[in-house]
Amino acid sequence: MAATSESGLESWRLVGFGRRILMGVAPFAAIAAVWQFASLFFPGYLFPSLVDVFWRCLAILTDWSAFSDVLATAGRILAGLAGAFVFGCLLGFLIVQSRLADRFLSPVLIFFQGIPALSWVVFAIIWFHGVEFRILFIMVVTTLPAFTFQVVGALRAMPKDLLEMVMSFRPSRLKFFRMMVLPSVLPEILTAWKVNLGNASRVVVVAELVGASGGVGYQLLQQQQLFDMAGALAWTLQLVFFVLLFQWVLTLIETFAFRYRAVSERAL
Amino acid sequence: MTSKDQASAPEIRFDRVSKVFGSPDAPSGVFRAVDDLSLDIGRGQLVALLGKTGCGKSTMFNMIAGLSEPSEGTVLVSGQNPFRNFDWFRGKIAIVFQNDRLLPWRTAIQNVELGLEMLDIPKAERRDTAKQWLSKLGLAGHEDDYPHALSGGMRQRVSIARAFATNAELLLCDEPFSALDEITAQKLRTEFARLVRENGKTAVFITHSINEAFDIGDRIVVLKRPARIAHDIAMSADVDLEEREKIRETIRASLSQ
Ligand SMILES: Nc1ncnc2c1ncn2[C@@H]1O[C@H](COP(=O)(O)OP(=O)(O)OP(=O)(O)O)[C@@H](O)[C@H]1O
Ligand SMILES: [Mg+2]
Repeated sequence: MAATSESGLESWRLVGFGRRILMGVAPFAAIAAVWQFASLFFPGYLFPSLVDVFWRCLAILTDWSAFSDVLATAGRILAGLAGAFVFGCLLGFLIVQSRLADRFLSPVLIFFQGIPALSWVVFAIIWFHGVEFRILFIMVVTTLPAFTFQVVGALRAMPKDLLEMVMSFRPSRLKFFRMMVLPSVLPEILTAWKVNLGNASRVVVVAELVGASGGVGYQLLQQQQLFDMAGALAWTLQLVFFVLLFQWVLTLIETFAFRYRAVSERAL
Repeated sequence: MTSKDQASAPEIRFDRVSKVFGSPDAPSGVFRAVDDLSLDIGRGQLVALLGKTGCGKSTMFNMIAGLSEPSEGTVLVSGQNPFRNFDWFRGKIAIVFQNDRLLPWRTAIQNVELGLEMLDIPKAERRDTAKQWLSKLGLAGHEDDYPHALSGGMRQRVSIARAFATNAELLLCDEPFSALDEITAQKLRTEFARLVRENGKTAVFITHSINEAFDIGDRIVVLKRPARIAHDIAMSADVDLEEREKIRETIRASLSQ
């Protein structure tokens, strides 16, 4: 009796697991199906078959010189985000601590936010020489305002009563930062990384047009000149894969760091 | 029926203190929460501050704790300004807030250890002390629970443990037992009074319950809104039952006005 109910539970679990996988795959399967359907009616240079795209992807992943282009782009995204994050934290702390800094810096950052990525590309080409430096500059400058505002928001949203409680023990600055500030802003910082990751992956291809001799942006330009749609798709997908992978890592960090959170039985 | 200071220099001194919230051009205008209040509390006293809700008790409490600054007058604790000389009080003041204020990202025992970490007490010792306090407050077995998994009363007890674990000279309690059932509250009240008296600590105990004030205080200070002293009564052992009843009636009458 017990054995049957146990094996029943086991198979239920399998069904549940299968369903979760299915739900995760379904949206992508739908997109793929629509594309594949279109490929039946249009010439290959407009809508190439997904089978072709798959082989092109595999070629990129298995060929070291092609894959190193993907890695270069991923590295540029991460370096840009890290740089913007460091500067964003510095500016964010300044803005929260001083009214003057707030009044002065916030409008400047908003002004920067209005400048398109392509304009930064032009400026970077005129101002700087090194290709990598140009790209880093563009990446940092385009994601900096968002990071700063998110850090400011997180710092301002720190619960005042908890802050006063920790303060009442007279912590040193370092301890206050470690015990109160860091854990309470971490959720919003991680969300900021997730959001900015999406932005950065879109900016990086534009930034790579400044004369990079490698990277996903450069490769996309090549495919455009060859009118190779399957190649363009394959290279685009590499970037998407990278974003998905990094999002997944961030989610893992989240689940670990926020295991203290209560879960309501009533969902939103 | 006025109190005499037990020690020469008062531990806590309010000298013509007022606290005003807001500003004249704010939509709600200014609000005077504490008005021209003078009060001395001697070393080793256990004072119950009694007053109706909203009369400014927590506001006074925040000024003693150095978390807010008086608008007029001075507050001195051990002869120091708690707001200006903030760091001087490290390890000297322990506070039980009106709500539990536990850090949600720390387990019960880690919350209790918080104050000890500020004092750089070694990890093993910290654990031991925290564990003892938790079991003293009936929370043995819940050391590793996160606050969201504890009941309201349990959380409040963790916050009491957090304050007491630091072994500070001055204890400030803002209605610490009001979230607990009467029997637990009674037990903790007795334990609290015993702790304070045995260790010669000074304690300010805020409450809105007349009975609680009688149970605990060597001295009962009755406040009326905006925080002003209506009565200041020393409760020594030679105040007999009949007199106690009279005092109780006086306080009740004055609070119900
Ligand atoms: N930060 C603030 N800004 C404006 N008004 C405030 C502020 N803090 C307190 N007050 C006002 O001061 C008055 C006294 O508040 P306080 O918290 O000291 O009351 P209390 O005696 O502790 O009451 P309770 O017993 O309900 O806790 C209240 O009427 C409240 O409106
Ligand atoms: Mg209060």
